[in-house]
Amino acid sequence: MNSINWYKYSSPATFYGLAGKLIPWFYSAAALFCVAGLYLGLVLAPTDFQQSDAYRIIFIHVPAAWMSMFIYVVMACWAALGLAFNTRLSFMMASALAPTGAMLTFVSLWTGALWGKPTWGAWWVWDARLTSELILFFLYLGFMALQAAIDDPRRADRAGALIALVGVVNVPIIYFSVRWWNTLHQGASVSMTKAPSMAAIMLVGMLVMALAAWMYAIAAALSRARSIILEREKNSQWVAQMVEAEV
Amino acid sequence: MSTLQIVFVLLRRELMLAMRRRGDVLTVLFFFVIVASLFPLGVGPDPKLLRLMGGGVVWVAALLAAMLSLGRMFASDYADGTLEQLVLTPTPPVVWITGKILAHWLVSGVPLILVAPVLGVQFGLSNEALVVLVFSLLLGTPVLSLIGAIGAALTLGLRGGGVLVSLLVLPLYIPVLIFGAGAVDGAMSGLGSEAHLSLLGSILILAFMLTPWAVSAALRISIE
Repeated sequence: MNSINWYKYSSPATFYGLAGKLIPWFYSAAALFCVAGLYLGLVLAPTDFQQSDAYRIIFIHVPAAWMSMFIYVVMACWAALGLAFNTRLSFMMASALAPTGAMLTFVSLWTGALWGKPTWGAWWVWDARLTSELILFFLYLGFMALQAAIDDPRRADRAGALIALVGVVNVPIIYFSVRWWNTLHQGASVSMTKAPSMAAIMLVGMLVMALAAWMYAIAAALSRARSIILEREKNSQWVAQMVEAEV
Repeated sequence: MSTLQIVFVLLRRELMLAMRRRGDVLTVLFFFVIVASLFPLGVGPDPKLLRLMGGGVVWVAALLAAMLSLGRMFASDYADGTLEQLVLTPTPPVVWITGKILAHWLVSGVPLILVAPVLGVQFGLSNEALVVLVFSLLLGTPVLSLIGAIGAALTLGLRGGGVLVSLLVLPLYIPVLIFGAGAVDGAMSGLGSEAHLSLLGSILILAFMLTPWAVSAALRISIE
């Protein structure tokens, strides 16, 4: 038991089977956490005295925002692994993560706008966090557009990995520049108005929803990785055997 | 040949090529001027408003112009095989890449800096702000060439490379835009621009140290 051969699963053929076994577990965990989190957030959590029920969107918004940033870092880690060890699977994981990350970035921007309208009175303000989240969305788009434009998968993998790494080095610089730009230009007109320390139940609901988003992201990335593996390995023997066995 | 000599020879070659195709250089320059002149037509001729946004407009135009010229950085050398020969030379890629980026800046960055004060006058910037504008461009445009080189190297020979490069590179240009335009803004409002210029300078040093390596990795990926 203490000698699992991890290298075995760096081969797409074996990883394909492993991912197939893991995906239902992650999806059910995501569904379970989601139901629990929504119950905590929409039923048990009390109404906020300042923002009334509008605040409840944070149960989607905050987990999506956290995951959008976290997934970019994970993507860059896979990219670095791929460039360092030349493992095809790492690149596949990086490109499998990108659409999920972009989707969650979009969700966090969208739900942020929905929350901002009743609370701040505006769909969009050029707040530091909003702006840097928007730029993160652009970075995801750039990564995906670059990979889509290159036909040779080997070049697409490595070029995408490089731009992901360049992006991750730039993210802190972009974040701080946007923050300073914001404070110089318009002062702190909008802050989260620190609601006197969030009620414990709200925090728990948010964390459970974050776990749900996490599990969902893993499941979605794994199933996308499976599709990528099938597409790339369509001419290999093991895929042919598998298809034959299924027919 | 010593490292400096190699950079010098490469610089001379690039500048000579640019001189032979003067149109390319001028196109970028006029693009810069036209984009900046579009803004007053779009937002109205109110001098107060124009003075307020002048620095930012010139900077955005400089960003777009620098991006437009990126396609040329490696494309023609890639098409005629020079780039492969350069990769095969025993010179470390970082050396000649730095030379090429420097040449790109001299050809497409420096003309922008020279014309920018004229545009600044059109927007009614104060004298002090004009000086700061030139200084900020002097520190900022090399960064545009450095970061842009990564995008240019990655999109080498791809279809739709020009649009793709903008999607890759423009988000990475944002800090330069913020501090560059912020410096002019600081000079206009009397807040001072030293902090912005210092930050621009530190970004330049950081980019100068790191990007040639990233470009050399990107070229290796694109050429192999």
